[in-house]
This record gives sequence, structure tokens and C-alpha cells, in this order.
Amino acid sequence: MKGGGERADRSQHRQNDDRQAEIWACLQCVMDPELDESVTDLNFVTKADVDSENRVHIEFRLPTYWCAANFSFLMADDMRRAVDALDWVKGVSVVLGEHMYADKINAGLASGLSFQETFGAEADGNLDDLRQTFLVKAFQRRQVALLNHLVGVGHASGTIVALTLMELGCLPVDDDGEKLVRRYLERRAVVGPLGADEPAFVDAEGARLKADGFAAYVSRLRRVGVNAEFNGALCRGLLSVRFDLETPFVPKSKAASKTPDSQHVP
Amino acid sequence: MYRTAKGEEIFVIDGHTHFWDGSPANQKNIHGKQFIECFYAYHSNLSPPSEKWEKEKFEKYDAKTMFDDLFVTGYDDMAILQPTYLTDFYKNGFNTTERNSAMKKNHPDRFILNGAFDPRDGTKGLEDLHALSEKHKLQGVKLYTAEWRGESKGYKLSDKASYKYLEAAQKLGIKNIHVHKGPTIIPLNRDAFDVADIDDVATSFQDLNFIVEHCGLPRLDDFCWIATQETNVYAGLAVALPFIHTRPGYFAHVISELLFWVGPDKILYGSDYGIWTPKWLIDKFMAFEIPADVTKETGSVLSMETKIKILGLNAARLYGIDVEAQKKKIRAGGGYAHLPEAVHAPR
Repeated sequence: MKGGGERADRSQHRQNDDRQAEIWACLQCVMDPELDESVTDLNFVTKADVDSENRVHIEFRLPTYWCAANFSFLMADDMRRAVDALDWVKGVSVVLGEHMYADKINAGLASGLSFQETFGAEADGNLDDLRQTFLVKAFQRRQVALLNHLVGVGHASGTIVALTLMELGCLPVDDDGEKLVRRYLERRAVVGPLGADEPAFVDAEGARLKADGFAAYVSRLRRVGVNAEFNGALCRGLLSVRFDLETPFVPKSKAASKTPDSQHVP
Repeated sequence: MYRTAKGEEIFVIDGHTHFWDGSPANQKNIHGKQFIECFYAYHSNLSPPSEKWEKEKFEKYDAKTMFDDLFVTGYDDMAILQPTYLTDFYKNGFNTTERNSAMKKNHPDRFILNGAFDPRDGTKGLEDLHALSEKHKLQGVKLYTAEWRGESKGYKLSDKASYKYLEAAQKLGIKNIHVHKGPTIIPLNRDAFDVADIDDVATSFQDLNFIVEHCGLPRLDDFCWIATQETNVYAGLAVALPFIHTRPGYFAHVISELLFWVGPDKILYGSDYGIWTPKWLIDKFMAFEIPADVTKETGSVLSMETKIKILGLNAARLYGIDVEAQKKKIRAGGGYAHLPEAVHAPR
């Protein structure tokens, strides 16, 4: 009997480990909308546990107490959606710590409210426009990285703008190029249809790029990439000053601690 | 005063300094505590280790420390005092015009005292602006569009009320409008980082100069676009500049974009003192060159001529400072007595 119990325990453990890996894989795909980097790569997520009833409990924190409430809410909402898509998941709680709006956001998330419902009169719109704005920026940043790469390895602008999506997919590229193509294609749908014969490179309005004015277009886009990289560096730096990243979720300044963690997580 | 190896004297105007009190005694609530802690995180994250301050000193420094850091140890010749009221977070305000005016009073040739207004203060606020301007002969104001005021979490320059204040500023001869467009204070979904309202008022108020502090970070890309289209929009380098130490590669890209889109005549140096100090910032800036690959990409070069403009000449133009006359005044007051003898020698 005892041996059977241990086996069951081990199998339970294994299942639990697998499930946790699945959760982290889902979270890996959730981006900070502003930085276009994964919330797990940015070290925002401090906990992602499964309980015995297959409910998932996620905790996260951000680089400053003042990080925009709308972005904070958006990331929490995206995390919840991503993990909830797993068929075995019976519920998701997401808790934000060390933030000026932590209580409000956590209460809203726990009751399944929208950003607008959570903040009422203080919020004057929904998050969809904001989400779209930053998806377009992410598309632009990924596009300029790929265009620079293609120009760098010797493709003429005329050839680049003539490519269809199918042709881009078949283009012989090295490992770096392959990653850039994959990242670009992940956001290409933000601005236009994805048919095989559609142009590979379109602008934010969905119009095919032209060889004429190509260099000026790339210059304009470069700003978006520089901005995002700068913000990424700032956010990582501030997070590392604020928290001990080795032992997650311990604020360096204990006195500020006002985390509502025990409130929603059993 | 910065002196090059060749003996050239560079006149430095620090476009962004504060004389604040963020000490626990002055904090009104948790937000006041978190605000100065956030500033301290910027300081800790981006300063070279040798330049890091103790938290207590950072929370509240005295007038002599500030004077020495700017003008004796540091290379500043003059500094603009930019107020940040934050009266919802601090009992006596964080860094008010009144508090700053003590610095100006003791060192009139060294400081330019800026005021502030908040369009949500209505008619009373307009009267106050009038009085403040008369008392201190203001040439500039610093605006915090993201500042909390009771239930309100910020405003836009394009709001009707803001127009009234900008019209009043114009009449009072306040021509330099510094606007905080950068990180630290929250926006809700009224996006206080958004720079679109600058575009609106820069077009409507052609006689005013709009200095976008922190060059619109974290929206540098949108800011650059606006600044190319408006002749009266400037970039303040505070917060961007300290990256020159921790992330020189990123700084190279940022300054290149600013030079490309905004141009060398419209970028202003600012230390954001006490977050950072002029000595190390300017040492690094003077030694800095944009790497060849970035220049190849953007065509931007940070020449000596451009550095001199950024460090002082651009601000001198905005504030009507006659550099040679001002140097004479400062020298006559013993302001350069600490410098090596050679600086005084005629060349």
C-alpha cells in the first residue's frame, strides 16, 4: 500500500511539473505591450502554481510603483487569458504586487471585471485601442529589424518590396534571419491579411512598401526600435534596483511592503 | 565652466535642477514615500558606483551641497530651477518655486528660477501665476501634466483650461514652457506620456518655446516625429543623458535620433540634479563620440560645436543670456576662483 502511495505521489509530482511547464510556456508568450518582450524574460512573473483543484495562481510585479495602470491591467488580463486557454485549467488568479493600484487591479481581476469596470470614471476608454497601438509598434520594430538584416546581407530594396509572404517564407536565411522572419510573421497579421500571395512587407496601413523612398521609410521606423530598446533597458534596471531578482518577490525596501498576496491566493 | 584640454572654455547651463525635500518628515502619504524611492531607484540604477548617495542625503540635501555639486565640483555655470509641487504627496510640496527661490536669492547670477502652473486651479490659479511672475520675473515654467490633483490624475496641454494659462503666460512674457513628458508619475489610461498635446499647442502658440523634458521618453519615437514638424519644440536631455554611463550604446542611438530629427540647435543639457550630478555627466559627455556604425546608419555626428550648443548655447538663447557678460559677472563674484589659474589667463 505504502509503495503504491509513493508511486501515485511521484506521478502526481510529475504531472504537476508538466503542468507548471505548460503554464510557464503560456506566460512566455505574453508580452509587455510597450517593450514587446515576454513578461517572463523581463522577470515580472514571480509565481505560477497549480493547486490540487487545477486552479492556477500567478503573481507578478513591475519595475516601479507607478507603472501605468492600463498596461499593468492589460498584462494581467493577457496572462489570465493565455493560461485559461489550457483545457485542464479550472480557474486563474493573477495578483499584482507592490503597485500603487495593486488593491484595485487585484480586486478587479479577481471579480473578472474589465479595466473600464475596475476604474470606472477614472478610465475614459477601453484597452483595445491601446493594445492595437502597441501591436502596430511591435510590428514596426520587428519589421525594421528584419529589413535591416535583409539589406545587410545584400538584398536590394527593389527585391525586398517585391516579395510575397510565401516568398519570404522560402527565402534562404541564416539562424538570425530565421528568427527575425519568424518574429516578424507573428505580428504581420496586425496590419493586413496573411494570404500567400500578399506582399511580405507593408506599412502600418497595410500598403505594400515601395522601392522609392525605402531608405526614408526605414529611418522613420528606426525610431520605434530605439525607443523600445531604451525603455527595456530602463525597466530592467529599475526592476533590479527595486527587487532582489534572485529570490523573487522580496521588496528591497521592506517598509513599503503592502502586498495583498494572501488575500486572493489560498 | 568646462575647460577642454586645449584651454577652450565652455559655458554650461544646466536646464534641469531641483532643490527638493522628499524626507519622511515632509511625506504626506505612501505615494510621497514611493515617489522619492522611485527617484532613488533611477539614481541608483544609472549612476556610477562612486557617485551614489546615501538615501538620507538623497531625500533632502542642503543648499551648500547643491551649490558645490553644481558649480564647484560640477561644471555648471548656471542652472535652471524647475519646480515640482506634488502637494498631494508632500506636506510642504516637493520642490516649490518658493523653496527654490532661496537658492536664487543667494546666488542671483547662477540660477534661473522657473515657476509652475496647473490649469485645474481655475481663475485663482491665473491670479497666482500673475503674482508669481511679478514677484520672480519669470521667463519659464515647468508643467507636470501627469500630476494628481484630488480625483484628477492629470491634464492635457490641449485642454481648454490649459489654453487660458498659456495665453496668460504669453502676456506675462513667460516664453519657455518646460513640460515633463517622461517616466515616474503614473498615467491611468489618460496617457500622460503621450506627446500629442505638445503638437497641438506648439502650433497654436508659435511665440512660445516648448521644451519637452526627458525628450518624451518613454515615447521618444512619437516625440521625434512631432519635433521635426514644429520649429518651437525642444528636447531636454535629463534622464536620457545618464545612460551614457550604463548603456553608452543606447545613448548613442538616442542622441543620434535626436540630432537627426530634432537637430543640434534644439537639444538642451540637464542633469536633473539631485538625481544625477553634473561632474560625471559632463565628463562622460565631453569624452563621448557616436560609434561609426551608428553614424553610418543615422548620419549623426556629435561634434565639439554641437556639444557646446547642447551644454549651454541653446539654453542661453532661450533665456536671453549673454554668455560673455554672464561669465564676467560670475568671475567678478569669485565664481571661478576654484578653477586652475590658467582659466583666468588671457589666451
